[in-house]
Amino acid sequence: MNRNLIIGAALTGVFILAALVSFIWTPFDHTAMDIPNKLQGIGGEHILGTDHFGRDILSMIMVGARTSIAVALVAVGIGMGLGIPLGLWAAARRGSWLDEVIMRGNDLIFAFPSLVIAILITAIFGASAINAIIAIGIFNIPVFARITRGAALSLWEREFILAARVAGKSATRISVEHILPNVTNLLIVQGTIQFSLGILAEAGLSYVGLGAQPPTPSWGRMLADAQTLVSIAPHMALIPGFAIILTVLGLNLMGDGLRDYLDPRLRVTRI
Amino acid sequence: MLRYTIKRLISLCVSLAVASLVIFTVIEIAPGDPASFMLGINAQPETLAALRTELGLDASKVERYLSWVGGLLTGDFGTSYTYRTPVADMIAARLWVSLPLALYALALSTLIAFPAGIYAASRRGRAGDLGVMGATQLGVAVPNFWFAMMLVLIFSINLRWFSAGGFVGWDKGLWAGLHALTLPAIALALPQAAILARVMRSALLDVLGEDYMRTARAKGLTARQALWRHGLRNALIPVLTIIGLQFSFLLAGGIIIEQVFYLPGLGRLVFQSISARDLIVVESVVMLLVFSVIVVNFLVDLAYAAVDPRLRSRT
Repeated sequence: MNRNLIIGAALTGVFILAALVSFIWTPFDHTAMDIPNKLQGIGGEHILGTDHFGRDILSMIMVGARTSIAVALVAVGIGMGLGIPLGLWAAARRGSWLDEVIMRGNDLIFAFPSLVIAILITAIFGASAINAIIAIGIFNIPVFARITRGAALSLWEREFILAARVAGKSATRISVEHILPNVTNLLIVQGTIQFSLGILAEAGLSYVGLGAQPPTPSWGRMLADAQTLVSIAPHMALIPGFAIILTVLGLNLMGDGLRDYLDPRLRVTRI
Repeated sequence: MLRYTIKRLISLCVSLAVASLVIFTVIEIAPGDPASFMLGINAQPETLAALRTELGLDASKVERYLSWVGGLLTGDFGTSYTYRTPVADMIAARLWVSLPLALYALALSTLIAFPAGIYAASRRGRAGDLGVMGATQLGVAVPNFWFAMMLVLIFSINLRWFSAGGFVGWDKGLWAGLHALTLPAIALALPQAAILARVMRSALLDVLGEDYMRTARAKGLTARQALWRHGLRNALIPVLTIIGLQFSFLLAGGIIIEQVFYLPGLGRLVFQSISARDLIVVESVVMLLVFSVIVVNFLVDLAYAAVDPRLRSRT
């Protein structure tokens, strides 16, 4: 075990735990308004203070973690679910027109500024958590397709794959039984990175009002609410900001740590 | 080189064509008819039909796609549904904010990342390296719009060095314009600088292990001379790709930052147009952004091939 992995997993674990606990318990009802107690600072009855409606910020952060994690997780799921089979398929038919079409399609998705398209999708088809998931998920597909294909290509040259071919296994069976298990580590590491990017993207979309809609709390929208009040109630901006930073930092550290832990040979310099 | 250029040029055109088709289709399947949106729910059917004809909405989809693309090629982006002014003029006016902002941020990002990356690489494994890498780890985790809010809180509200938002316009002078764009540019640049510093560091570390670096040392150069004369130049290739990618990211990423600072750039234009269902503007701005990404990538590819002949034989 290494330090990055432990710190990263601990940070991520805290937020996942907070999200899970919020299903059964939060310090206060996160939708309950309490105007006489609005804009309370940190400490006191409300540990992390209250917002401009007197809602308890800690409760909102806990329920907001649920939104962030759910959106990012499903978006990574879409990317993996479609990207990995495409990557395996392209590698199995390497050099063919199919490979070419899949890879050019990937390049094309990469060429779109993801944020602009996410805004376009959510704005046109309506702002909702589901559309945010789709918008973020689409851009995860080429990431996983590319990384799967890249790793699978070199595996196809290896002798144990040759042995499987000699044994009469089909390309599909080889892909599933021999290639996939050998690229899993790489995919797990990439998955944590995409997860953290998904959290940032979700925060950005809900900040401009295109993510989860009220009354569902989300960290991005808490920041949007805080913007006009930043001079009188800075804690409203600081706390959701720290929540995002710590979660993303935790996931990134965990990704780095996992890479070293799962396979020290994979010292791909992360950027 | 010529063959390579032609090949890349063809693939550039294909990408642009497919991209325009995708954007057109997305806008096309968007619910809501611009004409009925403009006239409200009580519009007479005849008025509606007349407006649809005037806007060219009743032509077939193929005709409309072709006329849109044809217009783009000749610089005629159509007329805004809501403002009845040429879209090209609206975009041009907004570009005067978004483009300088992106360039400003790119310059800042490079100015921060280069020294940081070089310093970290030269101190590999020591405290300085760990410090820089820790800072970049934090830098990539910070959402830029949140960072922007913090900058406003510190530098506009508390210190009163900068205004909290809005744009004075370039006619007030270059200095006033740059001053108004400084906080947005810093907010955009810092997370990007963190990425770039990491790339710079790892590219340099890769180069430092090369044989020619050992040769440079063996012929009597100091570590510093070898780094500056041979290391840096070779490490620049991966760094330039990332800078190319970052430019388009900064142009598009400005969209959210413009919201924080109320800057009248492309981002605000997109949001205003989306809420007014002025889809022709949305379509053109998105196409323009995609165009700039694809063209910048194309230029980076060409620059590579010019520098490194080995790349030309690959696709």
